[in-house]
This record gives sequence, C-alpha cells and structure tokens, in this order.
Amino acid sequence: MLLKGAVRVRFWLALWLGKFLALACRILRKRGSTFPGRIMLRVAPNWLQGVASGPACGNVIVSGTNGKTTTASMMADIMRQAGLRVVHNQSGANLLSGLVTAFAAQLNLLGRMRADIGLLEVDEATVPKAAAELQPRALVVTNFFRDQLDRFGELEHVVACVRRGLPHISSLGRVVLNADDPWVASLGSDSPAQPLYYGIEADTLATMERHAADAKHCLQCGHPYTYRRLYYAHLGDYLCPSCGHGRPKPQVALKAMQRLDGQRQQLVIATPGGEIAFTLGIPGVYNIYNALAAIAGCLALGIDLTTIRDGLESFASCFGRMEEIMIEEKRLVLALVKNPVGFDEVIRTILASRQDGEEQGVLFAVNDLYADGEDISWLWDVDLEMLTPHQELLKGIFSTGLRREDMALRLKYAGFQPERIAVVDEFSAALGQALQVVPSGGTLYILPTYTAMLQIREILFRQGHVSQWQV
Amino acid sequence: MKRQIKICHLYPEILNLYGDRGNVIALYRRCLWHGLAVHIQPVTVGEAVDFLDTDLVFIGGGQDREQAAIYRDLVEVKGPYLLAAAEQGMAILAVCGGFQLLGKYYRTQHGEIMKGVGLFDAWTEAGRGRLIGDVVLETDLWEEEPRTIVGFENHSGRTFLGEGVKQPLGRVLQGFGNDGASKMEGAVSGNAIGTYLHGSLLPKNPRLADYLIRCGLERRYGPEGSYLTTLNDELEYRAHQAAAQRAVARRC
Ligand SMILES: [Zn+2]
Repeated sequence: MLLKGAVRVRFWLALWLGKFLALACRILRKRGSTFPGRIMLRVAPNWLQGVASGPACGNVIVSGTNGKTTTASMMADIMRQAGLRVVHNQSGANLLSGLVTAFAAQLNLLGRMRADIGLLEVDEATVPKAAAELQPRALVVTNFFRDQLDRFGELEHVVACVRRGLPHISSLGRVVLNADDPWVASLGSDSPAQPLYYGIEADTLATMERHAADAKHCLQCGHPYTYRRLYYAHLGDYLCPSCGHGRPKPQVALKAMQRLDGQRQQLVIATPGGEIAFTLGIPGVYNIYNALAAIAGCLALGIDLTTIRDGLESFASCFGRMEEIMIEEKRLVLALVKNPVGFDEVIRTILASRQDGEEQGVLFAVNDLYADGEDISWLWDVDLEMLTPHQELLKGIFSTGLRREDMALRLKYAGFQPERIAVVDEFSAALGQALQVVPSGGTLYILPTYTAMLQIREILFRQGHVSQWQV
Repeated sequence: MKRQIKICHLYPEILNLYGDRGNVIALYRRCLWHGLAVHIQPVTVGEAVDFLDTDLVFIGGGQDREQAAIYRDLVEVKGPYLLAAAEQGMAILAVCGGFQLLGKYYRTQHGEIMKGVGLFDAWTEAGRGRLIGDVVLETDLWEEEPRTIVGFENHSGRTFLGEGVKQPLGRVLQGFGNDGASKMEGAVSGNAIGTYLHGSLLPKNPRLADYLIRCGLERRYGPEGSYLTTLNDELEYRAHQAAAQRAVARRC
C-alpha cells in the first residue's frame, strides 16, 4: 500500500474502527451491511485506494440496472471454482460504503488481504469513484433500464456515469458489454479499454411482446430503430435504417436454448475460445443475459471455459432473486421487485408455475424509502393485468409496506376485486396471515421492494427460517 | 342507450415516463364503473386523429430525447387542431413534458426558444437542478372535501403562468410546484389541465379523474348529460391519505 502521512494514519484508524463496528453488529445481530463502511468513509474518504492493490488478481466491477447481483454471484461461483478467494459485496450493498465494508471484512487487523480477487457489484452512480480508486481489470455492464429515476435523473445521465468509469480500467483491462442493449453497447465506441461484447443470437428466443420503450430511437441520429429480433424489453438485434448504426457482433453469443422444465434451461454458447453447453438452474431470458455477462466477464479475466461451465452449473440462485425457503410444508419464494421489467418477469414466473397446478398466494410489500426509489409511480407500468384472470384461483392476495394502499389500488385498477386484497399494516402480521391461507404443499410468493425485502428477511431470520444473515 | 366517451392517448409508446399510463388506466376503469362506453385511441407520430370527435385527451411526459421525437408532430401538425378542439370544450390532461409542450414556449439551457402549442398562457425555462419529491396541493376545481391533490413531481423546467391562465391546478401545500417559488402548481385553461404531477395522479385523486370525465361528457352531451354515479372510493382515499402522510413524514 502506497499511502503517506495523514492518509496512512486515517486508513488504519478507519480499518480498525470498521473491524470493531462489524464485530459489534454481529454480536448485536444488527443488520449492518453498510454501516461500518459508512463510518470508515467518514474517517478516510479514499479508503478504497488503500486496498485496491490488495487482491493479487485485481478487481472487477459489475454494473448496470438489472442483474448486477445475479451476474456477480455467478462470477463469484466461477471464481471459487477456479480456486480463487473472492471479496464480494453481497446483498445489493452496492454503494461505496458497501464496497468498503466488504473489503474491510477480508483484511486482518494488520492489513493483510485474505482474498485473491475483488468482485464488486457497483451502483451506476458510484462507478466513476469506485473505478478511479480500484483501477479494475474488467468492467462488466449488464443493461440500462429506467429504474428509480427520481434518484438518478434521466437514463442518459446514468449511462454517462458508467462512461466516466471507462478511463480508469487498468491497461490491458477489458470492458464487457451487452451488445443487445443500444445504451450499453454505445459505451464500447469511446472506451480506451478493448470491449468484449456478449448477446443472444438464437431465433427461437425472439419475441414481439413488449415495445422497446427505453431505447427506441437511434442514439446517433434519433431515427427509430428497427429490430431484426427482440429478445427482452429493448434488448435485441437493432439497426437504424437511417444512419446504419446497429448492434456490434457479440463475441460471446447464445446460439441455442432448450427449456428442460420450469426452472432449468440448457444453453449452448459460442465464445472466442470455443463452444460450451451447460444447464442453467434458473429460468428466464433475463438470467440468460446474466449468464452471458458472467461468462464474458470471466473470459476477460482469463478463466478457462471448463472452469466457467462447472462454476455456472453449481450456481445457486442468490440473495433476493427468487430465493426459496421452506416453512413447514410450504414453499416461500422471495423475489425482489424494483422496476417494471423485473416485476413483469416475476409475474410470468408465477403464471408459469400456476400452470403446473401449484396452489399459490401472493404477498406484495412495497416501500418508498431512498433505496427503493421514493417515487412509486412505476407500479403503474407493471403489467399486473396479466395476473387478473387468475385472481380467483389465488389463495390470498396481501399488500403490506409503507405504500400498501398504492399497491392495493394498482391491483384494483388492474381489475382485481378490492375485497380480495388484504391490506395489512405490519410485515410480520402480513407474513403470518399469508402463510396461513397457503395450504401445505403450496407456494407463497413474496414480492418486496429492496428495503421491504430486508425487513422480511429479518423477520424470517428471527423466526429461524433463514439460517444465515449476511452482515 | 349507454353514453360514450372517446379518449385519445397521445404518443403512448414515446411519452410514457413515470407510470403515466396509470392515468389512462384510471380513466378507463372509472368510465366503465360509471357505466359509460369508453373508447381509448392511442395516437402516435404521423397518425391522424379527429379531435372534433374526441372528448378527452391525455398526453404524458418523456425524457429530452423522446420529447424531441414528437415535437414537430405535436406542435406543427396536430397542435392547431388540438387548440381548436380545446376551444370547443375538449378536456385535456397534460403531464410534465406534455404540459410544457402545450405552453407558449420552452427556453433551453442555451437560451434557444422552442415554440409550444400555446394552449396554456405559460412558458417554461430550463432550470438548474431537478425539483423532485412528494406534492400536496389544495385545488379550487371542486367544492367537496377533500380538496387536496396528492402526487409526485420530478422536473428541471420552471414553468411560469401568464395572465391568460385564470387558475393553477392548485396551491402548493407541500413540494415545489411549477417554478419552486410561486407556490402554484399546474394550470387550468377551460377544460384543459396541465400539471407536473405524474404517474398515478388520477387513481389517487378520484375527484380529479371524475372532473375530467365530466368535462369530456359535457362536451358530447351538454351539462345535463355529464352526470356521474357515486363510486366506492374508499381504497382510493386511503391511498390519497397515505400519500399525504408520507409527504409530511418525509419532510421531517
Ligand atoms: Zn441512426
């Protein structure tokens, strides 16, 4: 560590303080995924710089609107498969304070780094600062959707944030980009680091379902794009008929997909080093994109294809994204919802398992705190109408959280009968009631926003249903 | 015979920020619950629309890029017809960017002037910093309680009202409003309403939704044909109340 004078003193003070606070949090069983880091940053605002060179294999940043956590978790599994010890900020703690907390946990009191590689899921707005301090070997970008616009401002601004991180990628480093997202792909043209593109090239996955509202118009001339194929929201093979601006050819590309059952899909992916085929244990096109991002990200780090395949096959669904918990004979599925596209996908999953004759209840938990996005208008962009024809088959519909009335109102205007929706003030009461109406063998889907998810997990932890709470 | 109402949704695929479609969903459902036959016509760039046979128009907001994409079509092609129909009593709800475009002009950061439709005697200037947060208004559009309107605003433009606008949509009790200073929010001109409150404005403010529906019916059937039934709005008002309470709680 090349730190001098006062900066050096502050670094050590912050580290010891952070270690102490993390310990205190654990003893008190307090949720504190970012608390030690917040205090550490007060003491040493550039603390990350001091640990950037700690992991011998360098650092990787994963950013974008959707799929950060899943992509990073897949990469973490692959890295572990490669025998690397990983610093990984878990559970969506993706602001600077979360990164600092994660690194501090991997340092001993003498500042020795226990991990070989840093894998950081980073909020778009935090990318410039995190990249400047960590000098990553690779920056992986998933996609750009409108998400919590009240926090970030316009999409252009979010993209510009990530763009400002590009010059900080270390020399010989790579930027790993989704070719199918016009916004993400546009980062490749002005990146000093060499881009590695990933995308889908499988006709069978093409859909015409949803209009590409987030990136309809050519980023160069404003003319509407034509999509040769559309795979998911605005992700696809686009071309501007006016100026010719279009999708770059993906070097890591999905060539074929076969659905094995409700959950598993068999994927064939072409890469510069040859083809791999493997089974992905989680459903949905969005998870295919996450897997492609993880594969491309790991290839950029020089991990070999066999290790990548083995790591992905062992990948288990991670924090919050469709997490499953068994309570007595009932299955609880926790699925974080934070924007319309992700919410729609969760609804499709519910409908798909409904077809298999599953008895279901649904609990919505909507908060409007800073981390959720204070503006909840996006609930009206969710296609809840998909669920309406099935309302009578659902065992119960519950709404809780700070904006439980808004969620209930959204359901009413989607065509639900208001008397079918139970609006419950307390999380624990809502959870208890919902579990009661779901029969043994049935499934309760819990759809929380971010802070509601934390609250629900805490209740499940206190009741002993979740064995481990990640501090 | 069932009374009918024809609603035009302008540029739904392009101007659709912040759950704007929630307003159209609310109009649609409430018209059905009131026993009306409702036709919703989505109209985009280059498509013709007969405003003379339209009772109610909704136009939402977009990011700069999207507003640029519809600008010519709205201001130069459809604008004059929209204006003529508005003068004959067609009801309009214009939100955020839509509100700005129906004003007299928009002045960009660089001092460039973009002419608007001129339906509202109002103009907008680009401002530094966005005005974001919960809003609570008090309106004079109706007499019955509650006379509050709740919503969420997120805009960088500052809108100023001229003499031609007789009243704003409401006085700001909480939030920034048109320009962050005048304590006024939105504009009302005849049966046209402009506002920065986006997204789920109408579902949580059922009186405002019904006000617009009534204006639309009045245009087609006259005052005696504009009556509405009483709906059970308990859930709507609980959400209204909750939004107002969150607005206050967040300020502390
Ligand atoms: Zn073009």
